[in-house]
Amino acid sequence: MKRKIRSVRTWGPGLLLVSPSILLIGFFVYGLIGWSANISTTNQNSRFERTAGTAADAHIGLANYTNLFSSPDFIQSLKHLGILAVFYIVGALFFGMLWALLLEKGVRAEGLFRAVYLFPMAVSMFASGVVWNWLLNSDTGAGASGLNQLFEMVGLGFLKNHWWVSSPTWGIAAIAIPAVWQLSGYIMALFLAGFRGIPADLREAARIDGASEFQLYRHVLFPQLSPIALSALIILGHMSLKMFDIIMAISGEKNVYTSVPMVTMWTLTGQQDFARAAAVAIILLVFVGFLVVPYLVHNARQEKNT
Amino acid sequence: MTTDVIPAAAPSELHRKVKKTPRSQVARTVKYLLLIFFLLVVLIPAYVLVVTSFKSFGEALGPNRWALPSGLSFEGWSAAWSELSPALFRTMLIAIPAAVISSMLGAMNGFVLSRWRFPGANVVFTLMLFGMFIPYQAVMVPLLEFLPMTGLGRGVPQLLAVHVVYGIPICTLIFRNYYQTTVPMELIEAGRVDGAGLLRTFRSLILPLSLPGFVVTMIWQFTSVWNDYLFAVFLSSRDNGPVILGLANLAGSQIVPYPEVFAGALIVTAPTLLVYIVLGRWFVGGLMAGAVKS
Amino acid sequence: MTRVRTKVAVVLAATALVAVSACSSSDTNKPSGTGAAVKNVEVFTWWAAGGEKAGLDGMISVFKKDCSQYTFVNAAVAGGGGDKAKTLLANNLKAGNAPDSFQAHAGGELSDYIANGQVEDITAVFKAAGLDTAFPKDLLDQITVAGKVYSVPADIHRANMVWVNPLVLKKAKLDPAKAPATVKDWIADLAKLKAAGVATPLALSKGFAEEMLLESTLLGDLGVDKFNGLYDGKTKWDGADVTAAINDYKTLVSYSNTDRETMDWDAAMSKYLLPTDPKTATGGYQLMGDWVPAQILSLKMPESSYMYWPAPGTDGVYQWLSDSFTLPKGAKNPEGDKCWLKVVGSAEGQKAFNLVKGSIPARSDATSEGYPKYQQWAMEQWKAAKLAPSLAHGSAGPGAWNNDVQTALSAFSANSDVPTLQKSLVAAAGKYANWRSTVG
Repeated sequence: MKRKIRSVRTWGPGLLLVSPSILLIGFFVYGLIGWSANISTTNQNSRFERTAGTAADAHIGLANYTNLFSSPDFIQSLKHLGILAVFYIVGALFFGMLWALLLEKGVRAEGLFRAVYLFPMAVSMFASGVVWNWLLNSDTGAGASGLNQLFEMVGLGFLKNHWWVSSPTWGIAAIAIPAVWQLSGYIMALFLAGFRGIPADLREAARIDGASEFQLYRHVLFPQLSPIALSALIILGHMSLKMFDIIMAISGEKNVYTSVPMVTMWTLTGQQDFARAAAVAIILLVFVGFLVVPYLVHNARQEKNT
Repeated sequence: MTTDVIPAAAPSELHRKVKKTPRSQVARTVKYLLLIFFLLVVLIPAYVLVVTSFKSFGEALGPNRWALPSGLSFEGWSAAWSELSPALFRTMLIAIPAAVISSMLGAMNGFVLSRWRFPGANVVFTLMLFGMFIPYQAVMVPLLEFLPMTGLGRGVPQLLAVHVVYGIPICTLIFRNYYQTTVPMELIEAGRVDGAGLLRTFRSLILPLSLPGFVVTMIWQFTSVWNDYLFAVFLSSRDNGPVILGLANLAGSQIVPYPEVFAGALIVTAPTLLVYIVLGRWFVGGLMAGAVKS
Repeated sequence: MTRVRTKVAVVLAATALVAVSACSSSDTNKPSGTGAAVKNVEVFTWWAAGGEKAGLDGMISVFKKDCSQYTFVNAAVAGGGGDKAKTLLANNLKAGNAPDSFQAHAGGELSDYIANGQVEDITAVFKAAGLDTAFPKDLLDQITVAGKVYSVPADIHRANMVWVNPLVLKKAKLDPAKAPATVKDWIADLAKLKAAGVATPLALSKGFAEEMLLESTLLGDLGVDKFNGLYDGKTKWDGADVTAAINDYKTLVSYSNTDRETMDWDAAMSKYLLPTDPKTATGGYQLMGDWVPAQILSLKMPESSYMYWPAPGTDGVYQWLSDSFTLPKGAKNPEGDKCWLKVVGSAEGQKAFNLVKGSIPARSDATSEGYPKYQQWAMEQWKAAKLAPSLAHGSAGPGAWNNDVQTALSAFSANSDVPTLQKSLVAAAGKYANWRSTVG
């Protein structure tokens, strides 16, 4: 029930209470983004990049951006990002949904299964990257260790491969494995809560109407889950764009097999190429914006209508 | 959103009288087999971490990397502990205050934005929420320039400040959802009729109800800050920063001393894992806030 | 609610326990308080482990003696050729958080810091410690810009060396003591090793190691004068001789381990070069700088487990690099740093350092007595040899040139595309070859 609040005296204090946060977020998010965007249009690159005679602070428009987009290395890192995002999103959605399906009707020791599937989220992505580095060791011969050795030991030797060193374009898909391991439990939790939130009589009604289990899922349950699936997609999508810790832990920077824009940005700051680093970050921000802003606006509108 | 997040399966589903056909028996067995299989798969990294951390340095490079250690060796653990323990305290100094302060701010914001609104409150909330999604690299270069200007010391002070600020959106989201589902508008109205202003309402009416919300935000923030690598690596260094940088140093060195690195990873993970094990259901509450609107 | 409270209490108690125990151990490690801060000298290097750390420790013990009023704070960051360390350093410098001294390679790499105004002119310190006459002129030129000196060289390393596993070579009936005369001869030997059943005759690793291999191939095929010309614009990178050298490089890489992109030089050495069982050994050679003996020593393996000679075609050429220490602008303890720099430049400091690190002292008055076998030979060589710089180690050009070449080589490791590699090298040279004139 919403009451229209009329006078400033009523809502004023509220605004006042929130104002420190408004100011902080206003500066530290929007202000600094603007500052980054500004830096990205300056000349603060290594002295070899600068046109002779121009100062570091001079504004050079979008030159850093055109430079990035005409660099094959940067395009390669964008390709990698796309591949990684697809494998990661599909993988996490698949396993999350699979586990939710397995659990949703209720099983014995459900708490144990949920707790284990979810625990990777509590672990630092960098720390887990350290052990995945070991697991994804690319050696397939006599000295194989990690998953390759495990495959040998259980008779699945044909699964051995070089993981992220297999191909300069597609190798990055191997990095999706630790990411899927980390996040699938979360997706499972979302879908599970979604399943459990569907009123039981809806199912009963469908069954009475003669629906098979398969039809029940397809026509009744899954449609109910579509808002959750959308949320999951947005969350996975924006997290895939931000992936940094895992790659730094597994393959490190300056690695042509697993270059992604976020790591490129790190390398650029190391070369004191701050303008271009800011440009990379702004490009990523725009991608995230395309993904997230419609979702936020959609959510805000929905709320207004309820 | 309540903090009790994943409801149990409906009794009607759990105890459905399904005809025990051979086919459904097979289906059940397959289901349990799959669940157990995935359980083991998810635990593989944990197994590797624990088992290898107790091997001696030589044994960890031996032919069978998956075998259990032949004897318990603490070489890795003592090396990791001596490298990481100074940083553990510093990380606590960052994570706990950041969690507390962000939670307080989140509670105040969440309350105002849900139950004591002002014109444009929704817009403000949406703008704040966007701050949660941005790639933080977008603000990193300016932070490198700006933070020294504030006079805040490198390491703990700077990291505490940024984590408080960037934790505000998620804490606000959690509390806003929480208050929307647990604090009826009537309660506020009643208080207002009694003449209570904003602060009094918050202090005496709302805060007592807020413990579950605080548990969720504190756990979420503590975990996020403890596990953060991005801010740590840009804004601090091994001797003034959080423990994750010590782990990065161990892992980045030469022929990686696996027992030491894995013991280090376990040391780094232990606090957040402990929080997860003991306070797990509220942890999930934080996760849900980001997605489901109930 | 009480259950929640109990659980929260458990977590808080555990936290407090950890915090207290960690706190007590941190007291001994972390100097605190402003009084101590002025006594600290924070030195930033990438010598965090192995033979390199041993060398640093040697220097530190001299510092403790000569500069006892200061406390040494070791801010070493691990990782390969210092990639991670350099990025961290750049971030720190940008944020105004300079260490009291940091390691930089004399030559092109140092010029980056000079051009960015990040290091102080230490000519006065130099002269006061009598160091302006202690170093060979060629080396002094590399640390001097417009008459001002910016760092103190600690050592000289040689990059163009090949390290050999004698047991593996004997298996293929090759004489490990005899260096192939040219790159082509070496390729022939590699083929013989392969035919004798050695899987990956050449141990190779990622990043600067590939660059070193390319450079020594160029040096061996082009000769020292043309090679030096590559770095000052006199020799063209698109010449036919460079193409031939790149093709030689391609052949060399084909004899190396397929997981080279996943490991650093020391991991590759332990995995492929050092194993002594000729039945299972998979490597025979590794091209690497002469920090190798110190590394092998730190692994407690005997001197007999390896042999060495200058990279094929480069006998008589010393491809040098020099680690040097600076005084950053904005250092918190410049006086302490000056004391450190004096130690770095002193005969005693250099001996303590180089004895264990495997390099030779930068000072021209150093004698070879007391040094291990390799270094005695190296010091002889240094006196008589022709000099060539190394891009991989910052003496031939700036960091950006180094990075661009490493990126191109990483791509080449995956696709073996010679024309693309050559084009990238030409582009990089075009961009950076006049680096000396940009320093100011």
